[in-house]
Amino acid sequence: MNLLETRTARAEAAALVSAAGDGAGHVVGVTGPPGVGKSTLLSALLREWRGRGRSVAVLAVDPSSKRSGGALLGDRARIEHDPADRDVFIRSMAAGERLGGLAPATRAAAQALANAFDVVVIETVGVGQSETDVAEAADTVAVVVQPGSGDALQFLKAGIMEVPDVLVVTKADLGTAAARAEEDLRVALRALGARTTPVLAVSSIAPVRGVAELADALAAHRARLDVAAHRVRVRRLGALADFVHEHGERGLRAVGGRRAAVKWLREQDPALDEPALLACLEATAARWRANQPGG
Amino acid sequence: MTHRLPERDRPWMMRTYAGHSTAARSNELYRRNLAKGQTGLSVAFDLPTQTGYDADHELARGEVGKVGVPIAHRGDMAALMDGIPLGEMNTSMTINATAAWLFALYVVAASEQGVDESALSGTTQNDIIKEYLSRGTYAFPPGPSMRLIADMVAYTVEHVPRWNPVNVCSYHLQEAGATPVQEIAFSMATACAVLDAVRERVPEARMPAVFGRISFFVNAGVRFVEEHAKLRAMSVLWEELGRTRYGVTDEKALRFRYGVQVNSLGLTESQPENNVQRIVLEALAVTLGRSARARAVQLPAWNEALGLPRPWDQQWALRIQQVLAYETDLLEYPDLFEGSVVMDGLVDELLEGARAELTRVEERGGAVEAVPYMKAALVESHRERIARIESGEQVLVGVNRFVETEPSPMVGDDGGILVVDPGVEAEARDALAAWRAERGDVSGALAELRRVAASDENILPATLAAARAGVTTGEWASALREVFGGYRAPTGVGEAASPAADEALRDEVGGLSEALGRTLKILVGKPGLDGHSNGAEQIAVRARDAGMDVVYEGIRLTPAQIARSAVDEGVHVIGLSILSGSHRELIPDVIAALDGADIPVVVGGIIPDADVPALKAAGVAAVYTPKDFELDRIMHEIVALVAERHSLRV
Repeated sequence: MNLLETRTARAEAAALVSAAGDGAGHVVGVTGPPGVGKSTLLSALLREWRGRGRSVAVLAVDPSSKRSGGALLGDRARIEHDPADRDVFIRSMAAGERLGGLAPATRAAAQALANAFDVVVIETVGVGQSETDVAEAADTVAVVVQPGSGDALQFLKAGIMEVPDVLVVTKADLGTAAARAEEDLRVALRALGARTTPVLAVSSIAPVRGVAELADALAAHRARLDVAAHRVRVRRLGALADFVHEHGERGLRAVGGRRAAVKWLREQDPALDEPALLACLEATAARWRANQPGG
Repeated sequence: MTHRLPERDRPWMMRTYAGHSTAARSNELYRRNLAKGQTGLSVAFDLPTQTGYDADHELARGEVGKVGVPIAHRGDMAALMDGIPLGEMNTSMTINATAAWLFALYVVAASEQGVDESALSGTTQNDIIKEYLSRGTYAFPPGPSMRLIADMVAYTVEHVPRWNPVNVCSYHLQEAGATPVQEIAFSMATACAVLDAVRERVPEARMPAVFGRISFFVNAGVRFVEEHAKLRAMSVLWEELGRTRYGVTDEKALRFRYGVQVNSLGLTESQPENNVQRIVLEALAVTLGRSARARAVQLPAWNEALGLPRPWDQQWALRIQQVLAYETDLLEYPDLFEGSVVMDGLVDELLEGARAELTRVEERGGAVEAVPYMKAALVESHRERIARIESGEQVLVGVNRFVETEPSPMVGDDGGILVVDPGVEAEARDALAAWRAERGDVSGALAELRRVAASDENILPATLAAARAGVTTGEWASALREVFGGYRAPTGVGEAASPAADEALRDEVGGLSEALGRTLKILVGKPGLDGHSNGAEQIAVRARDAGMDVVYEGIRLTPAQIARSAVDEGVHVIGLSILSGSHRELIPDVIAALDGADIPVVVGGIIPDADVPALKAAGVAAVYTPKDFELDRIMHEIVALVAERHSLRV
């Protein structure tokens, strides 16, 4: 993990990860506004998964303070687990414009961990594009909201992310407010034409409810998914995101715009890993620039 | 108004906050203190008792009998109060999360002395909100905690009429960095939250009586003129709230009743003898003006920043009170500040600020809902205070100015502090095992406790029954934890402002991060039960401002949890903070739990010089104490330490 985060060693680490191939672990993205109780929910989910004998890794991605370049990680309810349990691994990472961006490291880390753990959770605060990019690197994306916040509707309407695979309303102990939030979400999802997305009300504090159902819903989504095809798509979109991060809009124009780039990526060899795809994109852009008059 | 009183006022109640090692040894100490003219008791419990763990629990390690007395069951309480007539004694107990339990043990101990509960007088601190905000000895989530407090109030107002069931603390807010305005507003908001919770559990006609039983526990810092104004402002505001919000008309019930412990935050480790004059001035703040004079006072000892005070140090603090009450003419006059332009002006200023702040808390739904807001505000105020001290704008004599000193003759062969016998913990564990073996079956009492906790009934009758049955502190709290669930309070560090940190420092951190290939990552950890998190919070915020990635997960973690986090998170350095005296046990435990992982460890807190060699021998790279007030210097040293470990140059 340290290697993956070390910029100077990233190529070496990526090669290692790539050699290990697609892990069989289920990569679950958990995202939502700050303060909705994601850590409490994860503590409860962790207990549920461990009870089912599944090993779990969590990557907690925190938005970082851009001004100083420093970040406070783990400033939230701790994800409770037994320190002696080697089948649980938790690591926080800082997101943001630092040391070459974090998205590639997070994706590589998730891929590496999927070789060693049954479930890999990428937890992010849904406040911006980079976090949702990370969340979309998952096999299954759960968006978490709390009753009475209105955040969820904003989230969906703004189209910040594709329609989530599972919607979770926390603090179901808040009774009518939770029920109303759940109803609002169903309406919003219908408006988006996503009738099949399950909406689950969960209370992570005593008396715990809905956690087992949530674990089931996540597993059910994964069971319906063509994982191999999905992972190829994640790699391709990941490479494109890294390319845009590195070369910006000018780079995107050089490969004929986003749509063309996505189309072009679809034609590549599905076995190519992310660094290779990124290299291909960069080569294409370089060729295009060389052919420009005065370029 | 004449300028003399018809007769001299009676002095306030004088207490000494005390307790350590065992119930029997604390009882001895109490009797000695009472013989010296102390007029009330103030019980200090150890951290396991305060947070609801028995001496044999993993989290109790290193803490048993350290900062107070361990009380596990009615037998311990009887030993603690042995030979002290509880029908005549006024006992204050610094107990919060487990207040209902310790109160029940006290009632049972009294009945064993033949004293009925209705004859008891005293105070349980019982202010859980300030535990979330600053002191850290909470056990349960906010909702159930407020219900326990409301149950206590509802019970005592009917059965123990001379008891103060809640002592709302502004004291610890100031210790956590609160400004006078924040201290007034946040404590008043807390009192309202308690009263609103009680309102649902007693008939409306009882509310004036309930209002009259709420007392306060305040702080007085060394800016003693403004601190006196703060107390006058609090009495004005309290009466206002009583009349407008709770419809109280009885003059007596509307009186602002408070006890005090003066400031510890401003006591210095450097030239500690100067603390004596600080304490005297602070004692003036709470006694000088008759219309806002404390009902009960306990003063800290001069050497509190060094460690636990010895009996002689506590005696000296008690004598300060006695000189003030019996030698000076303070008690012969009516209020000295009646008609003072300065005092009235200060009071108005504070009232205006406090009302505005109170509105902000109310807008967030009251004190319970506003805990994250208030916590962040305190961390921010404290950050500003530290910055003022670092820049020299705020003078601390002997610390950042006038630092030249002769060697102190005050610190004797024992290092000038009391050291608790390390054998106390094993002794307590054995005694606990013996108690469990000899008492009858308690499963019925615990089952009833769980049933009541899950219902809406008052928790006190089942708690009293459990106390009589011989249930232990850890068993009582554990039964409630099962029903209520656990809780971790917000740390408040995420919202702290990020001022421009020292450029040179940021360059250093940036340079080392480049050389390491990833951002310098530090874990700030608080092992054990010590809830004093100010230092850890300020270090975490400063490290972030310097450009580090900081893992800080709040208080009350086991050494195993800290070590596991450090390894999984891939941190370059660990900073541990302990103020409760358990560093000798817990720091080596963390290093052992690291299991050979090569991560340097630095330690901060109240660490006596005598303990430093042992910590270094256990593998600690550096030790910082309160005299190291320059956080940037600490950061530079941490950077240098990591660079050295990785054979890099800064």
